[in-house]
Amino acid sequence: MDKESSVTTEQKLSDEAIIEIIDMHKWFGDFHVLQGINLTVHKQERIVICGPSGSGKSTLIRCINRLEEHQRGRIIVDGIELTNNIKNIEKIRAEVGMVFQHFNLFPHLSILENLTLGPIWVRKTPKKEAEETAMYYLEKVHIAEQAKKYPGQLSGGQQQRVAIARSLCMNPKVMLFDEPTSALDPEMIKEVLDVMIELAQEGMTMIVVSHEMGFAKSVAHRVLFMDFGQIVEGNTPREFFENPQHDRTKLFLSQILH
Amino acid sequence: MTDIAHTSQKEGIKPPVVSVGVIGWIKANLFNGWFNSVLTVVTLLFLWKTVPPFFLWAFMDSVWNTTGQVCRDAGGACWSIISSNLRFILFGFYPYDLQWRPLLAMIILFVLLYFSQNRKHWKKPLAYAWIAGLFIMGLLLRGGLFGLDPVESTQWGGVPLTLLLSVFGLTAAYPLGVVLALGRQSKMRAIKTLCIVYIELIRGVPLISLLFMSSIIFPLLLPEGVTINKILRAQMAIILFTAAYIAEVVRGGLQGMSRGQYEAAESIGLNYYQTMRLVILPQALKIVIPPTVSQLISAFKDTSLVVIIALYDLLKTTQTVLSNPEWMGFSREAYVFVAILYFLGCFSMSNYSRKLEKELSRGD
Amino acid sequence: MVGLLGYYLVSNTLHNLERQSIATGFGFIHQESSFEIGESLIDYSAASSYGRALIVGALNTLYVSFIGIVITVILGTVVGVARLSTNWLVSRLAAIYIEVMQNIPVLLQLFFWYAIFYETLPSPRQALNPITGVFLCNRGVAFTIPKAHPAHIYMAFAFLAGCIVVYLVRRWAKKRQERTGKLFPVFRVSIGLLLGLPLLTWWMGGAPTELNMPKLVGFNFIGGLTISPEFIALLLGLVLYTAAFVAEVVRAGIQSVSKGQTEAAMSLGLRPPMVLNLVILPQALRVIIPPLTSQMLNLTKNSSLAVAIGFPDFVSVANTTINQTGQAIEGVALIMLVYLFFSLLTSAFMNWYNKKAALVER
Repeated sequence: MDKESSVTTEQKLSDEAIIEIIDMHKWFGDFHVLQGINLTVHKQERIVICGPSGSGKSTLIRCINRLEEHQRGRIIVDGIELTNNIKNIEKIRAEVGMVFQHFNLFPHLSILENLTLGPIWVRKTPKKEAEETAMYYLEKVHIAEQAKKYPGQLSGGQQQRVAIARSLCMNPKVMLFDEPTSALDPEMIKEVLDVMIELAQEGMTMIVVSHEMGFAKSVAHRVLFMDFGQIVEGNTPREFFENPQHDRTKLFLSQILH
Repeated sequence: MTDIAHTSQKEGIKPPVVSVGVIGWIKANLFNGWFNSVLTVVTLLFLWKTVPPFFLWAFMDSVWNTTGQVCRDAGGACWSIISSNLRFILFGFYPYDLQWRPLLAMIILFVLLYFSQNRKHWKKPLAYAWIAGLFIMGLLLRGGLFGLDPVESTQWGGVPLTLLLSVFGLTAAYPLGVVLALGRQSKMRAIKTLCIVYIELIRGVPLISLLFMSSIIFPLLLPEGVTINKILRAQMAIILFTAAYIAEVVRGGLQGMSRGQYEAAESIGLNYYQTMRLVILPQALKIVIPPTVSQLISAFKDTSLVVIIALYDLLKTTQTVLSNPEWMGFSREAYVFVAILYFLGCFSMSNYSRKLEKELSRGD
Repeated sequence: MVGLLGYYLVSNTLHNLERQSIATGFGFIHQESSFEIGESLIDYSAASSYGRALIVGALNTLYVSFIGIVITVILGTVVGVARLSTNWLVSRLAAIYIEVMQNIPVLLQLFFWYAIFYETLPSPRQALNPITGVFLCNRGVAFTIPKAHPAHIYMAFAFLAGCIVVYLVRRWAKKRQERTGKLFPVFRVSIGLLLGLPLLTWWMGGAPTELNMPKLVGFNFIGGLTISPEFIALLLGLVLYTAAFVAEVVRAGIQSVSKGQTEAAMSLGLRPPMVLNLVILPQALRVIIPPLTSQMLNLTKNSSLAVAIGFPDFVSVANTTINQTGQAIEGVALIMLVYLFFSLLTSAFMNWYNKKAALVER
């Protein structure tokens, strides 16, 4: 299958699926928020999900790391099926990293401590090693000099970059992004997107819920449009933006690309 | 690989039965997980052991309208103690035939309170209505004018006394508290220190010490022959006490005001008093309405302390009834009744406060 | 102007005092008090001085406040957490408890519990015996306690030693974790030590099991540990009332930590106990501690209501002193000074804590 990406040179996508979602349904009470989702994500694939608010896109990715529980269907992450089994859930969470819209850094811990919390308490890493890994990723997101500071002292863009580094410290196989730039002031969006692009260049598997269409065009292998709990359409960026198939997709695109 | 992303077209499927409806609710709220299930079972057992016996005592075996002797023979709750002594519990030593006057005063108070609930009514006419209302209430209790027989304040008691102490207490304490809060922020050293000392001193001591102070020490401060009546002394103590707490509440509101407001007022050319009266206080006081209502609730509860200095508020009248040999030994019933009265009062006030808080945080 | 008013008041006061031949000054402290005090932690008799009586009162206040605070914090936390429980029954019951207890004046609650003791419970001769060794009557509650034995002293030492060992174990475990990453079951080991060491000492001391049981002698119980109805009523009333407020403080504190914090911590793979310990509690405690200290202070101030049910706390003793010596000004001033002292201590603590715990921000 062909892949469109201006980020890296042509690279054959592995056939290995890292996430499989099969006929997944979720209800909030009587409200059918996710209606029969089928999705396969391959290793190193980058997917951007867009759609109007209330379409279920955030709920979808939150189901992948069990922040939300699905009632029907199957979700399989890296060969482990997501069920009520706590051990499985924990294994999956250690392999899946999540970046939130509102950063959710721990305000009572320093930046460095924010990053070492997971490795020390979940992967049982010795402190020194955890700190070295933390500094490595802080360098990567270009914020190493703030290591001793506290989240309250950083700007939104800086906090989000720290949040990305925090997830990376757990060496995840997949990174989920839930509207990572929606809560940022315009001048800070670029610094975060740049970090995400660098991440993409290194081959990280990413699922991003976002309205940043420029990012989608330049980085995504696939763009999905969701509406009313269903995946309406999905295609390569070029096909998606130039030849939207469904009316709902066309309507949405006309509203956000003006 | 063709479809790696699509949605199975199945419109209108229902969620699994165990997650909705009554069964779903029971499962989600009472039995989700083994710990909760155990808790539910233990709690139900506990309720089973305590609630039916209580109902038996309070309603089944209870006696409602008899003499004390019959009560003693019966096994259940003796509510006759309330029904036989109701007028005394509610009105204290107020002359029997004239009790319509405090009753009318209370009705006026409740009507005023009822109207004050709706924030849309908070305008000048309401303020005038309150002033007139308070005056009429005082008149009804005191008498002496307009052909009403005078009733000495030593005979006032029961619910009217409780309400009097709380309402007048808060009404007088409020402006005093605002002045103290402003004084605490003042740039003049002497005033600032005086206010801080007052506030910290009053807040640091129990109300009872202030009640003692007012009932024993105030008389000493006055020249020979001049006496203040007991209720006034207690009222002053309550006012002084509540004012300090209100001052702290208002201080919180003042601190919440941004510097921009002060600067804007200054640039228009308003002086200190105008700034406070027209710009700062209206906003600051509005922000702290919920904690202020909370103070009112506390003041209402604290009036019960005047029992200790032998003023005949609602609590003391009840205790007087209990010291009557005919009705001795039924403290439970009497106190439960009084507790219900206090609870109704405080609960409606705190409910109102919560509702108000929601309204205000929604931004009008 | 203020000065003139002050002068006027003071001169009136002195004149009135003279007229009623009431002394001034604190000389009365050394006079013989000639009144008995029902309960006392130290030796006291009617021949002791007023000063000593006041100290007894102050100690009683501290005693009931301390025990009250400990129980209130535990009960309040339990109820506060219960209020947030996902179990509907438990959370509703907690809500009812909070609403009812908060809206009934504390004095009324004190009278109620006192009346329960006096009226509902039988006389010592017909005392209730719910469990062997515990007797409930209108003279108080009598408990069976272990008979005094030398082994008890050693057990106390063992407990202290246990505390020290636990502290050392924790330090060692933390260092080990930093070095190697391995977790040590510190909590379980601590509990084991704190319970096990005293138990071991008890066994080594000959495992004494003799009990000091209260026995009915004449009209009263002798032996065992007796707690007066005044004390219990005061404790019950204060604790049940204040715990309702503490429950709200705890609930607000836990809810102040945004859901996103829990989600972020769980996404990293942390288990719920760890999430609670490392992320939620540190943040919640910052919000909980200041109002919690206020409630503790309120409990201490409310203990002054003991005067209404006859428990000899400081206010009660001072009141009797005032009645006997007539020196109201000194008496009330003493009362206010003592409570002011407690308040300032608490304020200082709160300020210190707030500075220390403040989240670092721009």
